[in-house]
Amino acid sequence: MTIQFAAQIIGFLAALVLLTAFGMLVQRRMTGLIHLFTWQGLFLSISTAVVGFVAGQRHLYISSLLTLSLKVILLPYILHVLVRRLRIQREIETVVNVPLTMLIGVALVIFSYHLTAPVRELSTLVTRSVLAIALATVMIGLLMMITRRHAVTQIIGFLAMENGLFFAATSATYGMPLVVELGVALDILIAAFIFGIFFFHIHTTFDSLDVEQMAKLKEGD
Amino acid sequence: MMFTPIELASSAILLFLFLGVFSFLLSWNQRVMIDICFSLAAIASFLGFAAGAWTVANGGTEKIVLLLGLPDLPFHLRLDPLAGFFLTVIGLLSFFVSVYSIGYVRGFIGKRSVTSLVIFYCLFIAGMFMVVMADDALIFLISWEIMAAASYFLVLFEHERIENRRAAFLYLVVAHVGAIAILLSFGLMAGLATGFKDFSGYTFDAMRATQFPVDWATAAFLLAFFGFAAKAGIVPLHVWLPEAHPVAPSNVSALMSGVMLKTAIYGIIRVTFDLIKVFPWWWGALVLVLGLISAVMGVLYALMQHDLKRLLAYHSVENIGIILIGLGLAMIFTSFKLPLLAALALIAGLYHTMNHAVFKGLLFMGAGAVLHATHERNMEEMGGLIHQMPWTAALFLVGCVSISALPPFNGFVSEWLTYQAFLLSPALPSPLLKLLIPLGAALLALTGALAAACFVKAFGVTFLGHWRGHHNPEVHEANWPMRLGMIMAALTCLGLGILPTMFIGWMDILAEQLVGTKIGTSAGAYGWMWLTPVAPERASYSGIIVFLGILAVVVSAYLILHIRPGKIHRVPIWDCGFEKINQRMQYNATSFSMPIRRIFGFFFSIREQVRVGSLSGHAAFPKRLHYYLRIRDRFWGWLYKPIAVSSFWIARKVGRLQQGRIQAYLIYSFITIIVLLVFL
Amino acid sequence: MNIYPFVIEILQFLVLLGAAPVFAGWVKMLKCWSQGRSSPGLFQPYRDIIKLFSKDLVLAENASWIFRFTPYLVFGATLLAGGIIPILSTDLPLAATADVIVLVALFAIARFFTALSGMDIGTAFGGMGSSREMTIASLAEPAMLMAIFTISLASKSTSLSQMVQVVYSGQSVLRPSIAFALLAFVLIVLAETGRIPVDNPATHLELTMIHEAMILEYSGRHLALIEWAGMMKLFLFIMFGIAAFFPWGIAAWGDLYAIPFAFLFMLLKLGIAGVSLVLIETGLAKMRLFRLTEFLGSAFLLATLGMLSYFILE
Repeated sequence: MTIQFAAQIIGFLAALVLLTAFGMLVQRRMTGLIHLFTWQGLFLSISTAVVGFVAGQRHLYISSLLTLSLKVILLPYILHVLVRRLRIQREIETVVNVPLTMLIGVALVIFSYHLTAPVRELSTLVTRSVLAIALATVMIGLLMMITRRHAVTQIIGFLAMENGLFFAATSATYGMPLVVELGVALDILIAAFIFGIFFFHIHTTFDSLDVEQMAKLKEGD
Repeated sequence: MMFTPIELASSAILLFLFLGVFSFLLSWNQRVMIDICFSLAAIASFLGFAAGAWTVANGGTEKIVLLLGLPDLPFHLRLDPLAGFFLTVIGLLSFFVSVYSIGYVRGFIGKRSVTSLVIFYCLFIAGMFMVVMADDALIFLISWEIMAAASYFLVLFEHERIENRRAAFLYLVVAHVGAIAILLSFGLMAGLATGFKDFSGYTFDAMRATQFPVDWATAAFLLAFFGFAAKAGIVPLHVWLPEAHPVAPSNVSALMSGVMLKTAIYGIIRVTFDLIKVFPWWWGALVLVLGLISAVMGVLYALMQHDLKRLLAYHSVENIGIILIGLGLAMIFTSFKLPLLAALALIAGLYHTMNHAVFKGLLFMGAGAVLHATHERNMEEMGGLIHQMPWTAALFLVGCVSISALPPFNGFVSEWLTYQAFLLSPALPSPLLKLLIPLGAALLALTGALAAACFVKAFGVTFLGHWRGHHNPEVHEANWPMRLGMIMAALTCLGLGILPTMFIGWMDILAEQLVGTKIGTSAGAYGWMWLTPVAPERASYSGIIVFLGILAVVVSAYLILHIRPGKIHRVPIWDCGFEKINQRMQYNATSFSMPIRRIFGFFFSIREQVRVGSLSGHAAFPKRLHYYLRIRDRFWGWLYKPIAVSSFWIARKVGRLQQGRIQAYLIYSFITIIVLLVFL
Repeated sequence: MNIYPFVIEILQFLVLLGAAPVFAGWVKMLKCWSQGRSSPGLFQPYRDIIKLFSKDLVLAENASWIFRFTPYLVFGATLLAGGIIPILSTDLPLAATADVIVLVALFAIARFFTALSGMDIGTAFGGMGSSREMTIASLAEPAMLMAIFTISLASKSTSLSQMVQVVYSGQSVLRPSIAFALLAFVLIVLAETGRIPVDNPATHLELTMIHEAMILEYSGRHLALIEWAGMMKLFLFIMFGIAAFFPWGIAAWGDLYAIPFAFLFMLLKLGIAGVSLVLIETGLAKMRLFRLTEFLGSAFLLATLGMLSYFILE
């Protein structure tokens, strides 16, 4: 396939990643969130594979497989088990209402576009315009962590942030060295296990996973 | 022709001044005074209109130096196409309103003396004419003051009521704060024109010839914009508008909303495009942002109102916002050296100026007719007036359709042109602006749709349905002069809507003089019936074909269906079989806007309470419910109250100087003398 | 002067008048099948309209001229809108009369007057329908404009014929901006034409009505015109979507022999559109009125994302 066609596919996948990020921002149901996260991981791994094919960087295939197994299969499975065991309710409250969150998300996209303009001038890679989307995904993940009250959603926001970083790495420099990739993947896996353990602990202590309840832990009142 | 345009305009001003000063001579017979004075006022307005139209048509500039003025600082008057355009707008609406006033002011005979109304009405229009023709800072400010003072007295016409006095006072305060800012701005520009050496920089010619350094120019622009924004009613300086416009007599409200606000727009255009000429892009962005905020906030405020005139006043805030959007885009495009796009945006803004003057004037005239007939300003006490006031209803409907930007009337043309200007923004080199400006277009779409909702409410609650009030009204139709004024305005609305190419062709010289190019060559490229502002493949609109097309289908459908008409049965209301319907079950203004209030209500501080009044038996069947709704403008608490409180605080502190003892005052004089002797 | 464009225009009007009820019947048929009922047949809307035309008018005592004039105006505005959208061919003489923004405004006139006639009789239901309809319209407008803006970015024009030409000659199919705009457009069509999840067109509970509530008092030929206009509106919105996003098959300038093929393509695309519409309607439930802010907000968001991705990715 030609470079232009590959660039179009990557651009299209980037748009889908952004769409799933926004979808996670506004989605109220837990299972829907996990599904969106799965899709995001899938688009990410396909995009990495395409970049690997076009740029001839074979270690990106391994990255892509890693992402696939971790983010599309393993992590969602862990999250599903967590949701079922904890019998989490499906509706989650948000700190700010949904339309306002969407507007802030749009503002973040514009901001990251503006911010990455100098990088776009200098880069010669086929994926240079995708950096803005990647940065926006990171920030939307952070926004998700801020505007949600349920601990599991915050974790998913954290994972979305990591997705965005991975995407940024792929688009800015054709991926990180394989050692770094493996290390990060292992860290994510461990983190997911630890979160699971902690959630059970929190649940038994507070009988809910609403992070507003944890404000009771502060000293003064 | 024997007369030149500036002579026509000057004679119009002189006629107004003459009427203003001498009309009291006729005050022994109020009816005669009204008829004669307003007819002469109509003639004078028409002269002004003709002078302005002629100037724009031939694109020339004329000047006069008056013999009046301060020693060595005579007054200059100048009639160039920009002044001519605004003279046309003012003259046209004044003509319609003067004809209307002949009938409207008759309603006050017997209740109070209308002499002051007549006098200040003529002075008001004279002031406005002079403002747009002023060619130096002195006569500009003097005419600005005449305009403000005359309108103050007009607002105060029914001065027995305390709300009217408060409204007029608020108006006066804001107008003067604005005037001070304008004065400072002109002073700055005049000083820069001569290097702060002497007074000769006060003429606009001197200011035009100077190249202002950027920071001074910014200071002058911000001061001038602040001052003109206070007069134009731009958020957050809009609070006087919904207080002052409703309490004035309706013909005066029509003029104030229709043309007085436009003099502020004239001021902004004159200072920015004509006197300063070269400016950075963020000025335009500021104007655009304030315009968008005013547009959205204005229409949301209007939706919350149930007083008909207050609703119309808030809509003026919205429409001024839309004009500023056009101007802001023109300024942005100019600063990026894109003259054709700037011309399009400028023409859009100016077209909306003319449109707003005409349809807002029409709406206020209609509201005045309703007020005249029912003595009621609250929409929720009205209803069903379409049966007793068919002419007023139909003409008010034309105004409603125009302001909601629906084809084939004029409001749509200017909004369409503004959208086209927005859609051209991808041509801008700055990536940030390219992304943010389309969001502005979405906000403009929101405004347009909310305005349509608001006018469905206004027309529906006032004229349709059944009478919602408690007592039976004896409502009569408006008299002929009132109808004539409104009919002329309505026909102008239709004309401006279906013949836009002619109007743009007439107006094009303005674009050329202010931003450098005309759009006329491309605007009329397809022929006079189609408006194609940038290129025919890009976008095109033919108002007249839309009008004729709809008319053709309506007429043919009607004729086809009436070949075999069948019977028409007039029956009581069906209402899905519910029999006990009464007029209190209809939707009124508050209930109509409830969904919008719920959705957008976070802009206001709203308190809504439902209390159960009296119970009969079980708590589930209350006999009476009390509903309490209070909506407040947040700007009072954020901006005005702190300023008022702090100025009172400062005044109290400074008031300590007033000791009351004579020794203290002598000490003050003594210190002053010593200081002056030391430093001079 | 070349007569063929005028012939095509008249042909298009006839297709619009004839096919709109059939499309409505097709949607109804699919809905019935998907719910396990037997349908009234593809041509039932025709029978309904003819029946209504033959009935007498029953007007409330206080109905004003606005009430009587509105059905004609709504019909006229909708028919004129049909003359602008390229259904069979882009060679339309009326296409220069109006671009997309005027198209939206023509539907706005129809809505304005329908809302007025809802308030005219003075019932609570009419006012309720008008109030809700205008609210939904004001929420849908920004989304609609943003979607139009995104579509017009690629073709650098807001004239529909021009847009179709550009998509024909264009190479790239995988434009994310167009994909986002398509998603936004689907949501907007559901809102503007009053389908589930915004409004239930088949409801007979007045408190759940939006569009139906405004026309409760109409009867006879007035009701026939309004119903027909409603069917045409749905048809035209679908055709607009097809022309903007899937225009293959529409005859190009001066190409007369492609018109019959264009007609067949149109029927095919309409069939598919009907199926997707019914899938959406059957799969979703009607939303609360105040949840519609989120629904239309998502439409606006999708359109904005489309616009942003045009600048960022293309």
